[in-house]
Amino acid sequence: MVIFMLLEIENLSVEVAGKQVLKGVDLSIDNGETHVLLGPNGAGKSTLFLTVLGFPQYKVIDGSIKFKGEDITQLSTADRVNKGIGVSFQNPPAIRGVSVENLLKLESHQEVNQPLNSRMKELAKKLKFSDEFLQRDVNFGFSGGEVKRSEILQLLAQMPDFTMFDEPDSGVDIENVELLASEIGALLDKELKHDLRKRSGLLITHLGYILNFINADKAHVLMNGKIICSGNPGEIIEDIQKNGFNGCVECAQYPS
Amino acid sequence: MVLMDVLSVRNILHDAEKAKDKKAPMGVDVTIENFTDEDLNALDVLDDFEDLSKKTKDDLLKVGVDTEENERAGSFLQVDQSNVFTNNSISNNIEIMNIGIALDKYSWLKDYMWQVVKPDADKYTAKTALREEDDGIKSGYFIRSLPNTKEVFPVQACMFISDEDVMQTAHNIIIAEENSELHLITGCATGEDISSAMHVGVSEMYLKPGSKITFTMVHNWAEQVEVRPRTGIKLGDNSTYLNNYILTSPVNSLQSYPTAYCDGVNSRAVFQSIQAGKKDSIIDVGSRVLLNGAGSAGEVISRAVSQDESKIYSRGHLAGTVPDVKGHLECHGLVLSDNSMIYAVPELEASSTNLEMSHEAAVGKIDEEEINYLTSRGISEEEAASMIVRGFLSIDITGLPEELTNTTQKMIDMSVEGM
Repeated sequence: MVIFMLLEIENLSVEVAGKQVLKGVDLSIDNGETHVLLGPNGAGKSTLFLTVLGFPQYKVIDGSIKFKGEDITQLSTADRVNKGIGVSFQNPPAIRGVSVENLLKLESHQEVNQPLNSRMKELAKKLKFSDEFLQRDVNFGFSGGEVKRSEILQLLAQMPDFTMFDEPDSGVDIENVELLASEIGALLDKELKHDLRKRSGLLITHLGYILNFINADKAHVLMNGKIICSGNPGEIIEDIQKNGFNGCVECAQYPS
Repeated sequence: MVLMDVLSVRNILHDAEKAKDKKAPMGVDVTIENFTDEDLNALDVLDDFEDLSKKTKDDLLKVGVDTEENERAGSFLQVDQSNVFTNNSISNNIEIMNIGIALDKYSWLKDYMWQVVKPDADKYTAKTALREEDDGIKSGYFIRSLPNTKEVFPVQACMFISDEDVMQTAHNIIIAEENSELHLITGCATGEDISSAMHVGVSEMYLKPGSKITFTMVHNWAEQVEVRPRTGIKLGDNSTYLNNYILTSPVNSLQSYPTAYCDGVNSRAVFQSIQAGKKDSIIDVGSRVLLNGAGSAGEVISRAVSQDESKIYSRGHLAGTVPDVKGHLECHGLVLSDNSMIYAVPELEASSTNLEMSHEAAVGKIDEEEINYLTSRGISEEEAASMIVRGFLSIDITGLPEELTNTTQKMIDMSVEGM
């Protein structure tokens, strides 16, 4: 029996550029679970992601983050990632002179001077990337859809134990959402029976279309730097669609 | 010697004599007298390129000069002031020889001397001219591609300094005859333990109608070497000149401002340069294109990275003098240490209507967002920074034959690898 959750965030308070954004967040995600993080713009969803990832601008002023039972609050981003955390960004920066292919090799621990291995080649093809595309500088002049598919491809190279997805379907045309969802499913062990799943994930979405293709176990609503309600994703989303996020405030004030 | 030639030599001498103390408009002023003039044939000629020491061969390879001459159309090596090796027999399309020998062989060659670089430009060109005409030191190379030939392999030329305090001068003439294609790799380096030396290289290039020259130059000088290349390029109708310049090793000071005269109709000049400033290096490199021919085009792209206490002046100048010309200038710099400096000076000059010229310049530090992105893929912060710098410095090599593209890309990768 596992005695600790895969990810345990306790009473996390975070400051960005001198301004407190997260005010005591508690969130636990177990092995094999997929959670959804909802909330209005500016609520702190991306801040929570980037704090878990350990970007230097996000200063933890209180609380802790534990991953696989270990306190990672003080670890560097690279160290956290090498312990099994991954993320897909909404608007990643372009990096001149760094090709998608070379990045994939680093992410999947292949030698840079060796050809890309067949697993990655097949995955690239599956995500509709040509060989020429893989030679392009990462994110340089990519369309919205190309950015999202490249992010997922890079995560497939890493195969993290815990993956955070920031708006993985925004700007993606409907025919490609299904494709992305199926690969996100692969990152979350969705092809396995629930109790056999190991990998976990946390999805930020604006009630996106993507939830029609990915089953989530739990949803959380983040408002004003706090998680104000957690529960069944279907019910919470239905409620937000009906009453907006204000309904969540009321629900938090008068828990049933 | 006919009277005209005597007069012409007298003019060169006269101009050079007047300019022998003339400071260059840019760059640190170097006291030429601190360096020693060498004799023309002080060093023995090599029977075989492979006779060089392993260390020297490796040094040459780092600047793109392969002593095994794999995929090369010919070779030229000048050590200090002596032309110690020439291989003119690989290709029938190209002539390679010492400039002195060439001047004896071709009476017309003198008409190409001091045409696009002037003897009185500054004291460095004056010094070269005086050495040539007063002391009879005819150093440097003559390289010519014959009309209607396309040699895909490059000629390699190397200027090497082997002795302490040497003043090396060279006067190079490169001619691409009508409808010919000529590719050059030129490498410059210093031998082991050379703490102080000076190099002045005057290069004049002539592109006849329909011809093309690609000129890729890698510099690998030592920390206390003063370098003053002086380059002029004259382009005929429908000719194309591509210049790649790579400097990633420390140097005391280096200043150059090659100028392309796009006089021909539809002529085109492209300069791409990579400069990495290290230690106390003071690097002042620019490229200038004068768009004088109808439909001519110029492009200047530079990437500069400053480390340690280095200073880099990155210049570019495009001047359009007739309608229907196009020019683009791109100066990008990354400042990697607080004690270093990059000074970007992009200049556009338009003196006619209906021309199109633009520039972009950006100098800054490594984008933190880019570092974060790479660390979020498990790459350490140091490795991420170095990947970003290497990526920033990697320029696209276009317009070279396929064989040469790979070689050149490798040369660039090798130079940038240690960053």
